Amino acid sequence: MSKTYYSKDHEYIRVDGDIGAVGITDFAQGQLGDVVFVELPQIGARPKKGEHAAVVESVKAASEVYAPVGGEVVEVNGELEDNPALVNEEALGKGWFFKIRIADAAEFDDLLDEEGYKALIASQA
Amino acid sequence: MTHPENEKPARTPLYARHLALGGRMTPFAGYELPVNYVGGILGEHLFTRDSAGLFDVSHMGQAILKGPDAARKFERLVPGDILGLAQGRIRYTQFTNAEGGILDDLMVTRLAPDALGERLFLVVNAACKAQDFDRLRESLPDLALEILDQRALLALQGPLAARALERLVPGVAAMDFMSGENFAWNGADLFITRSGYTGEDGYEISVPAEQADVLAGALLADETVRAIGLGARDSLRLEAGLCLYGHDIDPTTSPVEAALAWSISRRRREEGGFPGDARIKRELAEGVTRRRVGLALDGKAPAREGAEIANARGEIVGIVTSGGFSPSLGRPIAMGYVPPTFSAPGTALALMVRGRPLAAHVVALPFVPNRFHRAPKNL
Repeated sequence: MSKTYYSKDHEYIRVDGDIGAVGITDFAQGQLGDVVFVELPQIGARPKKGEHAAVVESVKAASEVYAPVGGEVVEVNGELEDNPALVNEEALGKGWFFKIRIADAAEFDDLLDEEGYKALIASQA
Repeated sequence: MTHPENEKPARTPLYARHLALGGRMTPFAGYELPVNYVGGILGEHLFTRDSAGLFDVSHMGQAILKGPDAARKFERLVPGDILGLAQGRIRYTQFTNAEGGILDDLMVTRLAPDALGERLFLVVNAACKAQDFDRLRESLPDLALEILDQRALLALQGPLAARALERLVPGVAAMDFMSGENFAWNGADLFITRSGYTGEDGYEISVPAEQADVLAGALLADETVRAIGLGARDSLRLEAGLCLYGHDIDPTTSPVEAALAWSISRRRREEGGFPGDARIKRELAEGVTRRRVGLALDGKAPAREGAEIANARGEIVGIVTSGGFSPSLGRPIAMGYVPPTFSAPGTALALMVRGRPLAAHVVALPFVPNRFHRAPKNL
């Protein structure tokens, strides 16, 4: 049973055991508009919580994606190379960016659950 | 509709329509304008290339400069041939400074003269309009400057633009590219030019502010026409290889460096008589130290304005002034300045993005072929 957490920077991490799939939220992809390129991290990279992990380029601009928790990158979504629009079509599904082996579960503490994240975007809308 | 930068952004006559169409509004050059509507930039861009896009460009400055010998006097401020401009014809030119840098770029249409003398219709950039109009008043005090701040400006661009506008305003389909004429529509006096900023056939329509929304509504009622925001306006002009003032051209870049020498006629090159003529003549004769070029990236990651350009040895030789994803080509493109030794099409360069080199090569501009209207030749 997976559980999804959200950062205030509009990343999500869907956690399954000690592995989490990271991407940007549906709200974030809507704000960015058409995604044309995603720069993914190297497998084996070890971003700390809040550190730069990826870049998402829309027609408009480049945006940094930060690691919602620290850990080791164990897999990247190669499908985004040929089809970056997956981020727009299915941000929380097939549009994930990378999977990370979570270093410290305590880092989830200041992330938001779905309800908390909904409240955050409602306040920004 | 002139507006100081530090105040709340102004609204164009189409503001309510932008909101109703789901426009994502942003402050731009002192105005609140849509970046895109619900369709998104990519879709709006491709729609304009396939059909007809309607753009609200009411933020741009419109004015009529008039008086005895207005064309000859106006040539003191610009390198373009205005004296040789026939009535109803349009010239693209630039305001230059004493160092030959570009203060703004603009479109000039020669109107029919009136009792007071010659008349020139000017369309200038929104961010520059206050300073442009000040300079015109100071430099040409014996001419009258009528600022048309009660008129909106709509652009209709794309291969189906002529058909769509002809349905409302009979006669426009017969207009030549780079010409302008008055038309009456629904009691409104329109000044329509066959010109634009997308590389497509199309029109810019100057319309009294109070009739602008009705005209926009009538155009948008045609299923071949959709509203297009600033985002696609930028990607369309980039593909067309057109300069964006403040980015690709500025007070330090000359028209020759900017690859705009085509806009300076032989007579003006020989005679000079415009600000910065010495530099421009020298550059035309001896060459430039940098030149605006088109850059096609070999990979998928875009390079944006400000990215450094490196040669094959990794030395920084230039800078990107506009860059992004080309929706029509499905790949990233950019424009930037490099020394002439690196400006030949095919030259391999690298664009530095987040500290890493992205392979690119110089390509001829425009990136996407222009499809301006050409009148059939009389055989």
